[in-house]
Amino acid sequence: MAWIIALVIVILLVVWYVSLYNGFVQARTHVQESWSQIDVQLKRRNDLIPNLVSTAKGYANYEQSTLQKVVELRNQLTAVPSGDRQQTMAVSNELSGTLRSLFAVAENYPDLKANEQFKQLMEELTNTENKIAYSRQLYNSTVASLNMKIQSFPSNLVANIHHFKMEEYLQVPEEEKTAPKVSFDDLNTK
Amino acid sequence: MLYEQIAMNKRRTGYVMAGFGALVLAVGAALGDLFWGSWQSGCLGAAIVTVVYMAIMIGNSTNVVMSMNHAREIRDEQQAPQLWHLIEDMALVGQVPMPRVFIIDDASPNAFATGNNPEHSAVAVTTGLLERLNREELEGVIGHEVSHIRNYDIRLQTIALALSAAIGFLVNFASNWFWWGGGRRRDDDDDSAGNIIGIVVSIFLVLLAPLAASIAQMALSRNREYLADAASVELTRNPQGLISALEKIDDSQPMQAADPNSAALYISDPFKQKRKMADLFATHPPIADRIARLQKM
Repeated sequence: MAWIIALVIVILLVVWYVSLYNGFVQARTHVQESWSQIDVQLKRRNDLIPNLVSTAKGYANYEQSTLQKVVELRNQLTAVPSGDRQQTMAVSNELSGTLRSLFAVAENYPDLKANEQFKQLMEELTNTENKIAYSRQLYNSTVASLNMKIQSFPSNLVANIHHFKMEEYLQVPEEEKTAPKVSFDDLNTK
Repeated sequence: MLYEQIAMNKRRTGYVMAGFGALVLAVGAALGDLFWGSWQSGCLGAAIVTVVYMAIMIGNSTNVVMSMNHAREIRDEQQAPQLWHLIEDMALVGQVPMPRVFIIDDASPNAFATGNNPEHSAVAVTTGLLERLNREELEGVIGHEVSHIRNYDIRLQTIALALSAAIGFLVNFASNWFWWGGGRRRDDDDDSAGNIIGIVVSIFLVLLAPLAASIAQMALSRNREYLADAASVELTRNPQGLISALEKIDDSQPMQAADPNSAALYISDPFKQKRKMADLFATHPPIADRIARLQKM
């Protein structure tokens, strides 16, 4: 009898261990998936920038120096080694800022603003920028759940044995940091 | 927080279904008692009608609701790039599959979401919404609709819609039957006092059931609007967009294309009714109240 109980306990422990391990694998996969979402958008933006440059070329005096900077940052971004997420995002954030200021001054060029192709490009680039921001939000929340698992007891024991490492959060640019505090507390009063 | 709200919504969906189901059966029993002198057959008839309605609605709810509201589907990103991109964004950050996209030709700005679950969902917006709102405002509205999808509000609304339609059908059927002389009931019975009370109760039940159904549906819908507003801000991180969207929606003419039964689905009451008995029958909380809550965030 006693050995049956012992066997059941051992089996339960093994099942428990395996499920903790699989939990880590899953959390790590989520982080990788959400990174690849960002990566897709970064590539898309890199593909769009040459179109932007060629469209804007016809408007000789349109912010040539800013355009130049956009192209430089784009090339810089492709040169970052693919594993370095922090460095990639640092360059990407700078590129986002430059593009934003480029679009802001487009207001002063009515001809360019009326250009159908430019309008379409602006929508595509705005879309990509937003998707980068939202994928980063998603990435950070997957990182948070992985890190929490690695730190909390008893899953941290499994993490140590199998060397699951904490991931670093992606930095959010200053101008996007003012996130509002969302409260669901007063929802059930009515 | 949000997860608890979602779990609570799912639980409430169960309660509402049970309550509605009991109501439908009670109506059926009352009708059966009135017309055939047999409440059991009434119950059975009501159950069959309800099952048929539910099967039609749940099997095909999106298409039914969309055609009731004169919405046409957009299948290609290029037909409405901005709308498509924003729905993609919100589905991405809300972690739900991309919903189907519909447009309603109506100058009044409004929007709604429907479906059975996040895997089978759809978002519809009016052309007025696309014309009047800027990107940030539109994002707030889409965030609100995607939150309805994420919170399983759409499923509850679909079921509530099917059940109220079933009740409506039963009551209609009963009144027709009554007028066309079907009501010869228990001719050989003596009209004892107990019988008359039974008849009165039955008639009351039949008269009040549609009312009870709509009150329950609306009370549920009101609370959900606040929740979806808050959840939208959690997705977009931008309360201002939704606030000014709601202001613009509030400051516009009523919709023409909307179907009265789906009024509760819309982000804001499409008919802009100013009711005296305000709160009990309103499908939506006052916009000023919603804006005030958003401003506190």
